[in-house]
Amino acid sequence: MFAAMSHDHDHHHDHDHSELSETELRVRALETILTEKGYVEPAALDAIIQAYETKIGPHNGARVVAKAWTDPAFKKALLEDGSKAISKLGHVSRVGDHLVVVENTPQRHNMVVCTLCSCYPWEMLGLPPVWYKAAPYRSRAVKDPRGVLADFDVSLPKDMEIRVWDSTAETRFLVLPMRPAGTEGWSEEQLAELVTRDSMIGTGFPKTPGAPS
Amino acid sequence: MNGVHDMGGMDGFGKVEPEPNEPMFHADWEARVLAMVRAMGAAGAFNIDTSRFYRETLPPHVYLASSYYKKWFLGLEEMLIDKGYLTREEVAAGHAMQPAKALKRGKFDLANVERVMVRGKFDRPAPAPAKFNIGDRVRAKNMHPATHTRLPRYVRGHVGVVELNHGCHVFPDSAAMERGENPQWLYTVVFEGRDLWGEDGDPTLKVSIDAFEPYLEPA
Repeated sequence: MFAAMSHDHDHHHDHDHSELSETELRVRALETILTEKGYVEPAALDAIIQAYETKIGPHNGARVVAKAWTDPAFKKALLEDGSKAISKLGHVSRVGDHLVVVENTPQRHNMVVCTLCSCYPWEMLGLPPVWYKAAPYRSRAVKDPRGVLADFDVSLPKDMEIRVWDSTAETRFLVLPMRPAGTEGWSEEQLAELVTRDSMIGTGFPKTPGAPS
Repeated sequence: MNGVHDMGGMDGFGKVEPEPNEPMFHADWEARVLAMVRAMGAAGAFNIDTSRFYRETLPPHVYLASSYYKKWFLGLEEMLIDKGYLTREEVAAGHAMQPAKALKRGKFDLANVERVMVRGKFDRPAPAPAKFNIGDRVRAKNMHPATHTRLPRYVRGHVGVVELNHGCHVFPDSAAMERGENPQWLYTVVFEGRDLWGEDGDPTLKVSIDAFEPYLEPA
């Protein structure tokens, strides 16, 4: 498959700058060919990008978490079947199947990784950040998660269980972080503001009330 | 395949470096690559497992030195050539020169956009009862297929416990090689950190993978 390519491109790999512009040209050429052959409509590609940019993002996950914090029946349903519970919330982006929601407790912290590629609950969190898809996180998360958390300035109590979920199939995992103290009586909308993307991956915590954001 | 993509437990890649206020794309071409992969996949040119396999078969030095979307691009181009949707001559020329190959689900146009914004369904009717129950001790097989698999190397040979049963799902090892969906039971299997990483491992760590039944044997 790639036998010839590895030789052809050896001379590029240390020159990021020229590789980028070369990549840009190659990507444009490919789109031209796909368009000329009638496989894709460029306007449809534009629409996909626009949908990614506007419809998905961590605000979807944050709404789910905030609702789980305020509605015990929803939380129970969410932990039983994430996709089903979320699909009943009209105001959240459409969710695919096989979403598993895992709950942080005072005894257990959950963290999600995909060591083999980049599996991520993107309907809930948007497209994954570069670090999630890169070698340092993918290699270390399953062996030294506390070391990884230190890179995020996050530390856990010494005896707290840490559970790492390696997303090796088409199941997707979303962490339900613990509700911050001092938020009694807050509305779902207020609580959703505290929920960070990283707190739903397990590499961070929700914001604390009154702390500078 | 035992490729460099199977990174769990490898050392030497350095610190995780989150980027503050990271943009969704770092260049316009990244967005075009994402959209082309989604569009051609939805049109039926390839399935998700095949597309993963093509990224994994990038030469190791290319895989490690390429950005995420560069890997997607290289995998897409090679896959479309192999599957007969375009030719190397067309890629070199930057223009279509041959007649198009029919796409399983037709041209990807605006009417199809909504469809790619929801992840596909991967569960399938069960061809046979599940072999394992929740709570069973199972060993991840010592297996090393040269083709696509979703059983990471770091668990092979180790014993874990079945925690969840997700039902029967498309089997990536078959689907990637275009040998049919071959549905298999899918379980979450939990391993003790120290069983995986030895006595120096974090004693508070548990790691789970989602394992298809053919990856497992009773322990």
